[in-house]
Amino acid sequence: MAKSLYDKIWQAHVVDQLGDDSLIYIDRHLIHEVTSPQAFSGLNEKGRKVRRPEKTFATMDHSISTRSLAIDACGPENQLQLQTLANNCKEHGIELFPVGHQKQGIVHVIGPELGLILPGMTVVCGDSHTATHGAFGALAFGIGTSQVEHVFATQTLKQSKAKSMLINVDGKLPVGITAKDIILAIIGKIGHAGATGYVIEYAGEAIRNLSMEERMTICNMSIEAGAKAGFIAPDDTTFEYIKGREYAPSGESWEKAIAYWKTLHSDDGAQFDMVVELAAQDITPQITWGTNPGQVTGVTNTVPAPEDFSDPIDRESAIKALAYMDLKPGTKLTDISVNNVFIGSCTNSRIEDLRAAAVIAKKGKVAKGVTAIVVPGSVTVKKQAEDENLHQIFIDAGFEWRLPGCSMCLGMNDDILKAGDRCASTSNRNFEGRQGRGARTHLVSPAMAAAAAITGHFTDVRDL
Amino acid sequence: MTGFTTHLGTAAPLDQANVDTDQIIPKQFLKGVTRTGYGKHLFHDWRYLDLHEQELNPEFSLNKPEYQGASILLARENFGCGSSREHAPWALDDFGFSVVIATSFADIFYGNCINNQLLPISLPNSEMDVLFNAVKENPETQIYIDLPNQKVKFADSEFQFDIAEHHKSNLIKGLDAIGQTLELDDKILQYEENALTWLR
Ligand code: SF4
Repeated sequence: MAKSLYDKIWQAHVVDQLGDDSLIYIDRHLIHEVTSPQAFSGLNEKGRKVRRPEKTFATMDHSISTRSLAIDACGPENQLQLQTLANNCKEHGIELFPVGHQKQGIVHVIGPELGLILPGMTVVCGDSHTATHGAFGALAFGIGTSQVEHVFATQTLKQSKAKSMLINVDGKLPVGITAKDIILAIIGKIGHAGATGYVIEYAGEAIRNLSMEERMTICNMSIEAGAKAGFIAPDDTTFEYIKGREYAPSGESWEKAIAYWKTLHSDDGAQFDMVVELAAQDITPQITWGTNPGQVTGVTNTVPAPEDFSDPIDRESAIKALAYMDLKPGTKLTDISVNNVFIGSCTNSRIEDLRAAAVIAKKGKVAKGVTAIVVPGSVTVKKQAEDENLHQIFIDAGFEWRLPGCSMCLGMNDDILKAGDRCASTSNRNFEGRQGRGARTHLVSPAMAAAAAITGHFTDVRDL
Repeated sequence: MTGFTTHLGTAAPLDQANVDTDQIIPKQFLKGVTRTGYGKHLFHDWRYLDLHEQELNPEFSLNKPEYQGASILLARENFGCGSSREHAPWALDDFGFSVVIATSFADIFYGNCINNQLLPISLPNSEMDVLFNAVKENPETQIYIDLPNQKVKFADSEFQFDIAEHHKSNLIKGLDAIGQTLELDDKILQYEENALTWLR
């Protein structure tokens, strides 16, 4: 029978069948300071050990400062959490990339960068954006802290198989349109909960033509459509990216791995529970106007009115969102001013993202009254950007150039907005209060964020 | 862990869709290293008028006198979407909720509830309407949850709900999931011995 990529990875990881559930082996486990302490203490209380510490890697990213490498820079609570991670990793023999380490960065940026993520792997992390790693043809999904503990102790998880959705993005992407616009357009089409209960395979010409970093941006936001995971079948672009990375296989192992990875694609005739089609040529630069990522539209449009939605729940959500966002229906998106710009997060803080933003930043200066920060995703990205002199372009244009971390994506440090602030953000969530209580977030691509920074309002990058 | 079989209590209505985990427990309260103490920050942005949690928002449902002491939370579609933070069920539990009844749940949140003995029940919107109306009309409405028989009973109504068999049995038995898996150690070892060489 024809198998989907999901079927293949799933079947290769079943340790045991337990009724409707399967016990699935986990190849790679990534951890950070926020969702791991209670898992470690759970282990310790029961006197259990981490079964395979060498399969787990830790980084500090969520609660660290982007201005200082001092572990206490964001107060005693953050310090305790970071110190707890360091102690736990030491006690259990887990490799940690702490603040200041050459390999430190946002968990979903460093994993791929170090070659820790390979096609066909199962990858988990106590973090909902773990789907990022699906870009490599891995089955990667976010888990809760109890499950983190379960993986520590057993290197497995009990899972039931999800439904599968195929999203085809056909044709060629127009100039000025990025991976972020594709994924926002997809979420806009299927809705914020449109893929709940599903895993998504992204396919089609436009997806195939994306670089690995762009593919990561797509898979990263799978959860924003409610999906458990999102992935893209590996191909030469994938192999090219992985080759030679620090933790990737090499020599004979590499040859064997490649031969196997080439089998990792959905067979002709594979069955999906749902198929969604998008035409790449119809996608425009996207901006969210509401308080969930499904409330999104093209830059050339206006803010929608609640009456535009036929579904009563969507209408109700729109009323609430417009009130929180302080937006009037019919306003042109390009007439909306911002006073903050954030370029960063596991969605858009990789080198290509920074290059795209720098191209726009070069065209002007950060507008008066706008605070704009650029936060590279990892130490490696930061170094690369500095080698390319991108940081100077940003600094000359009036952007702040920060240290790597999650930063204003969720603001567990001091990178938070005030009530009433309006931010063009390259992150992944525009929920109420996400970037600060009462603050308003509009999700956009790095180029669109840079364009908003230099003009002070949303601007169609294609016009710059 | 003790098992969950039945529950009797009153409910508090949170009549909106897409309640995300950032709302359930905002990021500034994720700095703890234990599983307890999150209840006072539950729905912080909506529940309090100020950052320091001194002034309650009288408009917010959970603050209304008639819903004090509720142990069942009612909500709509896609409850618990967003971040995987298990602090969300910890906060709900710590606040005093034992059951959340909603039209639908986000996947990770649902699993996190099960792992914390917090029962997530989904009912179709039409049944949620009946439930919301009953509780809004009479906040003292006693709601009886019968997990073994998968029933929600209140006033004159009785609704049947679906739950996966393994979730149900885990909740009822209150079993230590890790302990159960550790009993399969020989199978895990066997899997590891046969794994692809570069993944061993
Ligand atoms: S950058 Fe944002 S979404 Fe990504 S891991 Fe950090 S906090 Fe989570």
